Amino acid sequence: MAKKVAFMQGNEAAAHGALYAGCNFFGGYPITPSTEVSEVLSIELPKIGGKFIQMEDEIGAMAACLGASLAGSKVLTSTSGPGLSLKQELIGYGCIAEIPCVVFNVMRGGPSTGMPTGPSQSDVMCAKWGTHGDHATIALMPASVQECYDMVAEAFNLSEKYRMPVHVLPDEIIAHMRERIEFREPGEIEIIPRKAPTVPPEQYKPYDTSFGDVPPLADFGSGYRFHVTGLNKMQDGFPTTKAEIVQAEEERQVRKVNACIDDIVTFEEYMLDDAEVVVVAYGSTSRSARYAVNVAREQGIKAGMFRIKTFWPFPDKQIKALAAKVKGFIIPEMNLGMCSIELERCAQGKVPVLGIFRVDGEPINPEQIVEKIKEVK
Amino acid sequence: MAFDYEKYLRPGKLPHIWCPGCGHGIVMKGLIRAMDTLKLDMKNTAIVSGIGCASRLPGYIDCCTLHTAHGRAAAFATGVKMAKPEMNVILCGGDGDGTAIGGNHFIHACRRNIDMTYIIMNNYIYGMTGGQFSPCTPTGHKASTTPYGNPDPGFDIAKLAIGAGATFVARGTAFHANQIDKLIVEAIQHKGFSVVEILDDCPTTYGRRNKYKSVIEMMNRLKEVAVPVKAAEKMTAEQLKGKVLTGVLYKEEKPEYTEEFAKVIERAKASK
Repeated sequence: MAKKVAFMQGNEAAAHGALYAGCNFFGGYPITPSTEVSEVLSIELPKIGGKFIQMEDEIGAMAACLGASLAGSKVLTSTSGPGLSLKQELIGYGCIAEIPCVVFNVMRGGPSTGMPTGPSQSDVMCAKWGTHGDHATIALMPASVQECYDMVAEAFNLSEKYRMPVHVLPDEIIAHMRERIEFREPGEIEIIPRKAPTVPPEQYKPYDTSFGDVPPLADFGSGYRFHVTGLNKMQDGFPTTKAEIVQAEEERQVRKVNACIDDIVTFEEYMLDDAEVVVVAYGSTSRSARYAVNVAREQGIKAGMFRIKTFWPFPDKQIKALAAKVKGFIIPEMNLGMCSIELERCAQGKVPVLGIFRVDGEPINPEQIVEKIKEVK
Repeated sequence: MAFDYEKYLRPGKLPHIWCPGCGHGIVMKGLIRAMDTLKLDMKNTAIVSGIGCASRLPGYIDCCTLHTAHGRAAAFATGVKMAKPEMNVILCGGDGDGTAIGGNHFIHACRRNIDMTYIIMNNYIYGMTGGQFSPCTPTGHKASTTPYGNPDPGFDIAKLAIGAGATFVARGTAFHANQIDKLIVEAIQHKGFSVVEILDDCPTTYGRRNKYKSVIEMMNRLKEVAVPVKAAEKMTAEQLKGKVLTGVLYKEEKPEYTEEFAKVIERAKASK
């Protein structure tokens, strides 16, 4: 049978990717430029018995998602910059209480209201550092409409596997661009279910590390009675201020991701085999970068592209390996140098990191990148 | 035979954090008696709270308990109830948590008329942080941040709930302990969003700043100001001055949110 294909925008594809992954709860609040996600799910979720709720504000939307997730739902919220700022309070709650959820955040200009309809890539640090306290972060960067679908499905898997909020960060261009996509067949992307408890209710502890760094999570209303709090907690879920327990729990919550970086991090290497100049790019900017690499190659310059698909955890290992053998990095991004900071950290001064930074609401075009490639000697 | 509270409490979690003389424990006992009267299935019951002294209540009760972030109880609880409408969902917290930082979630839960019961322990103060004035601190009273007297007018929580669309609103006091469980029972039985405000006392951070010499004096004040709604009908405006009505203040039948959403699902499935 021929695959189901469609011509749609990234936001719509994200909604369908969520449904593919088994999303059965959406809590949101209207915000440009991500609203189409909620519009599609308001149509589709009730058809499969799923729940859709438009909450009173962004914080409420995040709260409803976390509550529903604890009751066993697979939950999605969508938002954009100002909404991400508001949601940070409860993204932190999701991190410490270890509640799976997916945050689809379409990046627009900022700070504050900024440029609601203009593209941006300026939330990459906010996704990592926006909520207070130490915590692990996973953030995926779609560069096509197909990837909006696929990466949202993958984000559900990661959120269940690592029991934490996971970000998907398209820029506004990707979210609103229309392309042909293929709907995935059942089984084409493996759907990872939540690790359920194997012990009887009276023995259950929601943060029982005897099951590893990602303890099984029971659903409210499934026979298991337990406590969830945003306070630093013990393995039984109750609050503690005991220094050694707090230290161990905090370290575990970061380690559960950091110990699995090779399993989590995905990237694309384009013409890197003999590359001397490497454009590191993500999201819509990577599409200009690919074109620029082709143009540079035609002009005899050994250029290549490293496309970041998983921004957090950052692909340190791959960037460090490249830094040891290339002449320089080019980083085009629609912010004033956020990924550039990470590249410089990984390059450790071995090679120059040249940035092309735009925050004027216009995309970075290939010509700009080609010119910058030529600057690397 | 004495009522057995312990079978509803989590072993090893007492003593509670509340100060001697605080009324929160009286409210918790009332809630437990109400749960017992209704024979609630504890596996299928969630208690959701925000942040503050009153919001520590869920941790002591042996059911599904969710101690959320400051002010967010109603929004988290809405997610739980939407996901599993068959669960009993009870919210609790204080006046600052519920009507200041959580005010938006509170009024919208009222508006949706989602079938949950919200117990607000109103002790007129932010107790856990040391006694700052809340939206319920009476005008002129002292708090750690109103050293010259509170310039703010206060909320009437019951009126706020009724105005926002809650379909069951009741008020009791920590003094009238035997009434608390009866109000909570009726609130939980009511289909829709029910609010039970319990006028409470905080001797530690409110009482001592406002010339209450003892907990007994604070409790006596609750006794004196409370007027049952029935009794109030026979009283003049002059007689009711400075009094607070107690009992079931408002009740109406309106469509309940999760049932309305079930109809949305039916309509969506029919449209396929």
